Amino acid sequence: MRETNMKKILISLFFLLFGTSAYADCNIKSGSINILANDFPALRTFVETAKGCKGSADFKVTHSSEHNKIAVPALTANPSEFSARIAANSSIVPLMNQDLIRPLDDLVKKYGKGIQDSQLITIDGKIMAVAFMANTQHLYYREDVLKELGIAVPKTYEEVVAASEKIRASGKMQYPYAAAYKAGWNLAEEFVNMYIGHGGEFFKAGTAQPSINNAKGIATLNMLKKLAGLSNPDYLTHDSEAIKVEWESGNVALMTLWASRSGTLLDDDGDAKITAATKLTGPATVAGGNIPAATLWWDGFTLAKNRSDSDAEATFRALAHAAANKKMVADAADQAVWLIEGFKPGPKSIGVIEAVKMKAKPYPMLPQMGLMHGALGSEIVEFLQGKESAEQALKDVEAAYMSKAKEQGFL
Amino acid sequence: MPNKTFFWFFLPTGLAMILFIGLPIISTGIQSFYAQHDQVVKEVKKCDPFGCTVSIVVDQEKTSKIREEKPLGKFNGFGTYVDRNHLAIEEIGKFWNETNSFGEFVDQVTNLPFYKALIFTLTYCLFVTPNVLLLGFIIALSLNAVTRRIRGPLIFGTILPMIVTPLVGSLVLFWMIDAEGIIGANLQMLMDDPYLSLKSSKTLTWITIIIYGIWHHSPFAFVVFYAALQTVPQEPVEAAIIDGASRWQRVRHIVLPHIYPVVTFVALISLMDNFRVFEPIIGFSAEGSAQSLSWLIYDNLVNEEVILFGSAAATSMMTIVGIAILLAPVLIRTWKEFRTAR
Repeated sequence: MRETNMKKILISLFFLLFGTSAYADCNIKSGSINILANDFPALRTFVETAKGCKGSADFKVTHSSEHNKIAVPALTANPSEFSARIAANSSIVPLMNQDLIRPLDDLVKKYGKGIQDSQLITIDGKIMAVAFMANTQHLYYREDVLKELGIAVPKTYEEVVAASEKIRASGKMQYPYAAAYKAGWNLAEEFVNMYIGHGGEFFKAGTAQPSINNAKGIATLNMLKKLAGLSNPDYLTHDSEAIKVEWESGNVALMTLWASRSGTLLDDDGDAKITAATKLTGPATVAGGNIPAATLWWDGFTLAKNRSDSDAEATFRALAHAAANKKMVADAADQAVWLIEGFKPGPKSIGVIEAVKMKAKPYPMLPQMGLMHGALGSEIVEFLQGKESAEQALKDVEAAYMSKAKEQGFL
Repeated sequence: MPNKTFFWFFLPTGLAMILFIGLPIISTGIQSFYAQHDQVVKEVKKCDPFGCTVSIVVDQEKTSKIREEKPLGKFNGFGTYVDRNHLAIEEIGKFWNETNSFGEFVDQVTNLPFYKALIFTLTYCLFVTPNVLLLGFIIALSLNAVTRRIRGPLIFGTILPMIVTPLVGSLVLFWMIDAEGIIGANLQMLMDDPYLSLKSSKTLTWITIIIYGIWHHSPFAFVVFYAALQTVPQEPVEAAIIDGASRWQRVRHIVLPHIYPVVTFVALISLMDNFRVFEPIIGFSAEGSAQSLSWLIYDNLVNEEVILFGSAAATSMMTIVGIAILLAPVLIRTWKEFRTAR
């Protein structure tokens, strides 16, 4: 089952499938469209494309990196502030938990021409979202630095550590490694990646009971600490944007970062020498594991439940137009790994394609995962600062999670 | 003012206060006693671009029925207040029995999120408030002594930290103390330690935030003190000068007693403000090293993908209680003075 699906993705990623050149019908007469989305170039392109199809409908969009904080309250209101929300595997969960998004089956049937089956997110037989791009975190490296020091491109995090130590010893760079370790969501995401790379499970099978306080959890923390030691000492305040800046200033030679950021790293802005030497490779594995220490993400659109049917229809038609748009995919091939028919992966897509090939796991879409993510983000900080043992940190995470999960009724 | 006049005078403000402060507090209080209903989950098949898996989702049909019956949630009493993320009564009892030394016990307790935040909040209050009073008073005295011609521009310059939005002010300082920033890099040079980071060390982060707090709040104390200094009667001061009192003696025995009520007022406001310290933590991205009670509320409301209303409400109520306890001595004193004055 999994195997064939993997093939399907690979096929859709690798091959340009000629055939029906059906664009969504854009003759929208009425309704009002208001979209909430994260803020990065690919999403801006996507929403712009949808806007091109708005017809006489009212069109508004809010791009914000704080989208997670707005989404639930805004969609809970009736009528909801937004008619659509661009979500990802993690952010669709709170919307599902609160029953804030509507099934799309009818709309897909009526207006979903050109959307591929593999783009549909179905839960319990109902289509809840339409995905249009894939994302993951993977390694970036400075070819010139590695070559000069005779270091092979690292494939595992152990090699990343060794390579970084060598670069530091050479005196070329003091903090050769970077990853988004900002306390909170980012740091927790790094833990999730590394823990999955170790083959860990977050919950006891079939329950919401946490199970991270184990040897794999400790190994994960120790690896994170080793990497943190090779990073800028301010790592606990660095998010993706901050490490991107570090990279562009030439302070870093190895970095774990989102694939969706590769576009801005490789554009014409900044030092041409650094840009030319910036190379992408797949995510690293860890502790001799086969699957990468990374999670696969999709970005897709969902429609608010608390909004009139006519608004939902107008919104779906505009967004479906973008979600099956070969022209957009061809024009913006650099911006993302599109899941849309007609996408030809370029050099900037290597990270995601490698991750899929290496059978990276998707980010766990469990109703209680957000609470675990939140607990991780604040409770493992003291371990990285050297104030606490790994066991204590993991015990704290579990305890913090349990209180929250009890309050939310999961335990 | 006769009581009746005062009543009509106060009525509009009073109504607004009940509407915009009183009722929300009551609603928050009620919210804090409730938790979410038990989640009814079911196993379903989930397919996404990366394949199909069996996964768990919340069963909306059953959940919505329960929610409709009791929209507030499950009554939890003081359950949220005493859980591990708040007062942690049970955990503290366990630590008390399990730990061997008092130091170890304190370590364990201060590792709990609420107490960690409480300790930072109190430390911040205790360092910032007195320093703000002192610095504000010194600046007011010195400015009061300079010639009138340059006083205007000087006053403006002095209150600038208060005019600058807290977030902007803290961000500016945040960039300056970056390992690559002007203060951070120079400190590394000065200390000859390339790994020195003001942002990664807990102690240094606390010191930075406290210094920022003093910088930001002093102008407020200054403005009030400066205004109060204008009302100090000149006769006793001149008499004291003739009697040969030193400058310090004049300040200590004439100026300070005169502006004493104002000092109490500024202390009260500062304490309240400082107990709710929040912006600098965000501005300095200091969540990892410093958490305040207000930050905990923020964290519960926005940092999780799931909003923890009960937790946030419970912390809010405890913050209110905390401010009341902190202000009690000053309030009692003011009340007594008011009684004797009558």
